Amino acid sequence: MVDRLLHRGREAAAPGDPRDEVWRRVKLARHLGRPRTLELLGEMADEVVELHGDRGFGDDPAIVAGLARIDGRRIAFVGQQKGADTEENVRRNFGMPHPEGYRKAMRVMELAERFGLPVVTFVDVPGAHPGPESEERGIAEAIARSIGLMIRLRTPVVAVITGEGGSGGALAIAVGDVVLALENAVYSVISPEGCASILWRTADEAPAAALAMRMSASDQLALGVIDGVVAEPGEGAHADVRETARRLKSAIVTRLDQLAAVPLDELLEARYRRYRAIGPYTEVAAPAVAQPPSRGLTDRLRDLLDPGRWAAGVPLPGSSRRDEPPAHEDV
Amino acid sequence: MPIKLPSFRPRRDDYPPDLWTKCPSCGEMLFNKQLDKSDRVCPTCDHHFRLSAAARLELLLDPGTFEERDAGLQSVDPLGFVDQKPYPDRVAAAQVATGLRDAAVRGIGAIEGRPVSICVMDFGFMGGSMGAVVGEKVARAAEDAIAARIPLIVVSASGGARMQEGTMALMQLAKTIAVLERRRAARVPYLSLMTDPTTGGVFASYAVLGDVNLAEPRALIGFAGARVSAGTIAQELPPGFQRSEFLFDHGFIDRVVHRRDLRTELVQLLRYLRPADGSSGDGVEGDTRWGFRPMGFLSQLADRVVPEIGPPPGSSGSERSSEERASGEAKRG
Ligand SMILES: [Zn+2]
Repeated sequence: MVDRLLHRGREAAAPGDPRDEVWRRVKLARHLGRPRTLELLGEMADEVVELHGDRGFGDDPAIVAGLARIDGRRIAFVGQQKGADTEENVRRNFGMPHPEGYRKAMRVMELAERFGLPVVTFVDVPGAHPGPESEERGIAEAIARSIGLMIRLRTPVVAVITGEGGSGGALAIAVGDVVLALENAVYSVISPEGCASILWRTADEAPAAALAMRMSASDQLALGVIDGVVAEPGEGAHADVRETARRLKSAIVTRLDQLAAVPLDELLEARYRRYRAIGPYTEVAAPAVAQPPSRGLTDRLRDLLDPGRWAAGVPLPGSSRRDEPPAHEDV
Repeated sequence: MPIKLPSFRPRRDDYPPDLWTKCPSCGEMLFNKQLDKSDRVCPTCDHHFRLSAAARLELLLDPGTFEERDAGLQSVDPLGFVDQKPYPDRVAAAQVATGLRDAAVRGIGAIEGRPVSICVMDFGFMGGSMGAVVGEKVARAAEDAIAARIPLIVVSASGGARMQEGTMALMQLAKTIAVLERRRAARVPYLSLMTDPTTGGVFASYAVLGDVNLAEPRALIGFAGARVSAGTIAQELPPGFQRSEFLFDHGFIDRVVHRRDLRTELVQLLRYLRPADGSSGDGVEGDTRWGFRPMGFLSQLADRVVPEIGPPPGSSGSERSSEERASGEAKRG
């Protein structure tokens, strides 16, 4: 699957095409050799104690969580964990968490709050696991609750996008007082392939979608979604894991020390205001757009335009579904 | 030339679409006037057609009580997003088609005389997708509910976050959840109604977080698109996957409610779930504790104290004003 993701969606583009630049970063963010949460912690921490299980269902191998000591500072950590090879990827579900992964994350974050440990998260996920079991056990509920917990968690939170920041599955552990990203990390509301297949009607336009969504770390910094970008050495994080971890450690420690100096109430209020204010819109004084015709007629017009309407009578096997899910992949 | 007998087999032209609608579920041809009368539920098979925001408000609220707020909120184009078409053009086209400014309408209304802060989504506007405007409207609806201490109702109908606003749309999950967390701490009730469809980031934020989660029958509700689920996982999907009843069976929806019963059920729930006023809940029946009562505990104190001692002679008495306030509020409730 990783191979499929890595190799599809590439079309020859003109030299100097900005799509090349962003797509190069998408490929780096997905690089099989990119250091994951445990590798980064292994380099930057004096000690790591991984904790397991969500206390309700099981232990999700796609999310790791626990306690660690970085530069003498005690922290709690949470992060997605993709595999370093196919075998490990299969075991870890390609880093796509099920609900129990996010519930384990919440459990450890609550533990951190209880014992006054700051939380550091490492975000690297194509998206939450989209399978039936994930839905059955409430992936949407787990994501929403995790976001809510991180907004009210009474301890400093530093989130780092280290690889793929894939949609709600990423945001579920990426709410923080400070959000950092590695230089070649990407962050988006939907995968570029998903976006392209909906808006361009072909996944081959993924580089165009990646560009349109401005998913690179530097673009996300400009948009105010993240607060800082940590430069990667040489060819990228995979080329020098130790140096990447050293730079990341320095950035994290600096931020943790800054946050530790802020009274908790102020920290929580600033965190709230950050997310309350995000997302630009405008306010116009003019009255509503021309009123549509009577309710019945509008609805009838909509029914005519409703793609599900004409697909009637062709239910999918086993589900009696008559309309495809609307424009979304996950989120 | 043989005489052609009139055929009883309907031809296409016999059902002009401005008069008739084919039920996508049972195939029945439904006369539009009849469909409108049944709140757009198929009389044969109970298929719930999608409702516009206006029709939804009409269905749920007391006639003439809706007072729209923030009607002027409008999307901007934070990314300069162009696919086959620039994003502002898509917004403009949706505005013309629906008469709405964006995919949600919010305001204050009343249900059986009780004030509520309500936000309803409209799938007809770019698939009900959530960008910054929708997120802001949900957030403000929750803030109004907290400020006035009245229940919050959000009716979802959405394909998820709006791709054209990129991570700005994704961040609306955090924005809406942040305000809903404050709402929870303020002990103001929130009823979430999920309608067809409620998917992606809308489901994974405010829709799933109701104090009580309701859904219309057979609505598509889920996080990942079923196409994606099946495609990525190469696995057969269970029957009824991502329908209201499936979510109900797995414990994420409290009640699946037929459209004709929605108002009744909302009223019933709101009778139990009232904004906590800081006094200990005694569960006493009656409407006197309903509504906007920032000083509710004073009024209750007055209710108990005033009749016994009565106003002191010649006193303009603060107790009296409390009592008046209490009775005034009882009427409003
Ligand atoms: Zn029908």
